[in-house]
Amino acid sequence: MSAAVQPSVAVRTVRSLRDRPLVPLLLLLAALVVLSELVRRGSVSADWVAVTLRAAVPLAILAGCQTLTMLTGGIDLSVSAVASMSGFVVASLVAGLGTPGGIVVALGAAALAGLVSGIGVGVFKVHPLIMTLGMSLVVLGLANVWQLQMVQTNAGVPPEVRWIGSQLVFGVVPVSLVVFVPMAALILVGLRRTGYGRLLYAIGDNPIAARLSGARAWQILIALYVISAVMAGIAGILYSGYTNVASVSLVDSALLPSVAATVIGGTSILGGRGGFGGTIVGALILTVIGSLLSSLGYPEAIRQVLFGAIIVAVAAAYTRVTSES
Amino acid sequence: MSATTAPPVSRSVGLSGVLLAGLRRNAWTIGLLFFLGLLLVFTKFIQPRYGVAGVQGLAISVMPLALAAVAQAIVVIAGGIDLSIGSLMALTNVIAAALMKGQSEEFGVVVVVGVVLIGILLGAINGTLVVLTRVPDIVVTLAMSFVWAGCALLVLATPGGGSAAWLMSIVTGSLGNEWIPKAAVVVIVVVAAIWIPFRRTRSGLSIYAVGSNGLAAFRSGISVGRTKILAYGLMGLFAALAGLAVTASTGIGTPVPGPYTLLSVAAIVLGGVSLAGGRGGIFGPIVAVVVLQLIRTDMTFMDINTNLSTVVQGLILIGVVMVGSLLQLRRAHT
Repeated sequence: MSAAVQPSVAVRTVRSLRDRPLVPLLLLLAALVVLSELVRRGSVSADWVAVTLRAAVPLAILAGCQTLTMLTGGIDLSVSAVASMSGFVVASLVAGLGTPGGIVVALGAAALAGLVSGIGVGVFKVHPLIMTLGMSLVVLGLANVWQLQMVQTNAGVPPEVRWIGSQLVFGVVPVSLVVFVPMAALILVGLRRTGYGRLLYAIGDNPIAARLSGARAWQILIALYVISAVMAGIAGILYSGYTNVASVSLVDSALLPSVAATVIGGTSILGGRGGFGGTIVGALILTVIGSLLSSLGYPEAIRQVLFGAIIVAVAAAYTRVTSES
Repeated sequence: MSATTAPPVSRSVGLSGVLLAGLRRNAWTIGLLFFLGLLLVFTKFIQPRYGVAGVQGLAISVMPLALAAVAQAIVVIAGGIDLSIGSLMALTNVIAAALMKGQSEEFGVVVVVGVVLIGILLGAINGTLVVLTRVPDIVVTLAMSFVWAGCALLVLATPGGGSAAWLMSIVTGSLGNEWIPKAAVVVIVVVAAIWIPFRRTRSGLSIYAVGSNGLAAFRSGISVGRTKILAYGLMGLFAALAGLAVTASTGIGTPVPGPYTLLSVAAIVLGGVSLAGGRGGIFGPIVAVVVLQLIRTDMTFMDINTNLSTVVQGLILIGVVMVGSLLQLRRAHT
């Protein structure tokens, strides 16, 4: 039992952290919550938790899109355009089709955008960054045209959507969790327990090996980008309910945070490593950092600088902890 | 234009062979130029009054994005990507505008030189972080885009500041012939003066080597980290020039980043730079930026909703890349 045989405590700690990448993230989240409480006594309450969760839910869904696509070595830069578009479509159609009809049309349009992206990435082997970037231009332009068409009608976020996006049950439980919890459970279980989930990891880890073992990458990728776009559409509807705004650029500012939340959550942008659990914690961390920085009363400029610096620091620390050597 | 693609192969071949090889290496850029020519003819056809003023306006409006695309191209050739270019442009733009407001013309020269040096420094900071943290480029530069945008807001909270008169005058008007806009000359001269000599140096070659195969470059004795930082420094230089171009063409500083980051990525891909690194040049992206802008102009002439021109830009981006990868797939099969 000498030290030469047994690895030291520090080495063992690092190793066990590497096996459980969620632990350091949860510790960071806990530290941030404690810090929020220390900065302003009594600020952490049931209310605070509810408000934080409500803000984190749509971001976590968008980050879910990034997580799934990054697992295959891709990225989805069209999530913000698709999300804004579907939030706007719901608001503009609610007068004619009612809320459910509007949601169906919005998610259908989102799925169509995802289908095109998926075909580009899966069949034509276009780099996902470029494919989804081009798709976001297309969606944004079409949404703008649609906006001009609809400018006469009195579009507004329907009350049902507002209720889902912003209401708190008993003042503490955000209604949006009703959408998020089943979705998150489906993704978590799907990634771990279903063949499709494992194939996403396989393609991202080693596309050639995946192909040789019989995975049809193009089918998997098309389905993946459709799923991602529909998730983005749902997130967009939640955003419009949360903010009570229907605009074709509503979600733009959430694109970069969605990538950041995924990366902080430990999903490798190179593919094959990571998961949705870390992403949820990542989205919570970003939301708490955001509210912490604004409760400190710093101006927007300082907040942005600190936000970026913290993301670099966390990503760097994370890479250190989880890297092999 | 021989400076636009992969390093020249030193083999003794005849003049025609050299020409042919040059043509083949620059096929993409030459094709783009040809397309640009067609587009100009088409523009003249649908709008007979398109002339000197149109060309001038085109040159001035493409200037910032053209320089941003050059900046992006250098990093991508070196195997990275920089998503903070738009923020870097905003930051250098407001620094220049804030310092030059109400100052003498001579002081403006000092400011321009200073801002370029700051750009190199900021770019090198991005590169150093990428190298030191070993976090993927896209993540580091994404996070740094918040940092630089925040700094821009610290310098100027609202659009304001000013520009030295000489800076504005070197990009407006024409040089000699009225058909040669000064803005185009400035971009070409500046880019050529920096890039062509640099590409012929050892470091210029290293950038291509590191981008095309980092491990091979490392094993042949290139310091990969230093080369990457150098590429990011150059990126910062051109991003600063792009920021100065915004100052020069608008006369003020705007702290909110424009849509330049993602458009620069689109432009380099259309310009024949491979996102995988190591392949492509600087002039292709510039031509691609001009083509994109001219298509936008044409759509206004044809009375097509400007929002649809965003759609068309997206479709062109997707279409061109799809065709490119289809050609590659077919070549791989045969």
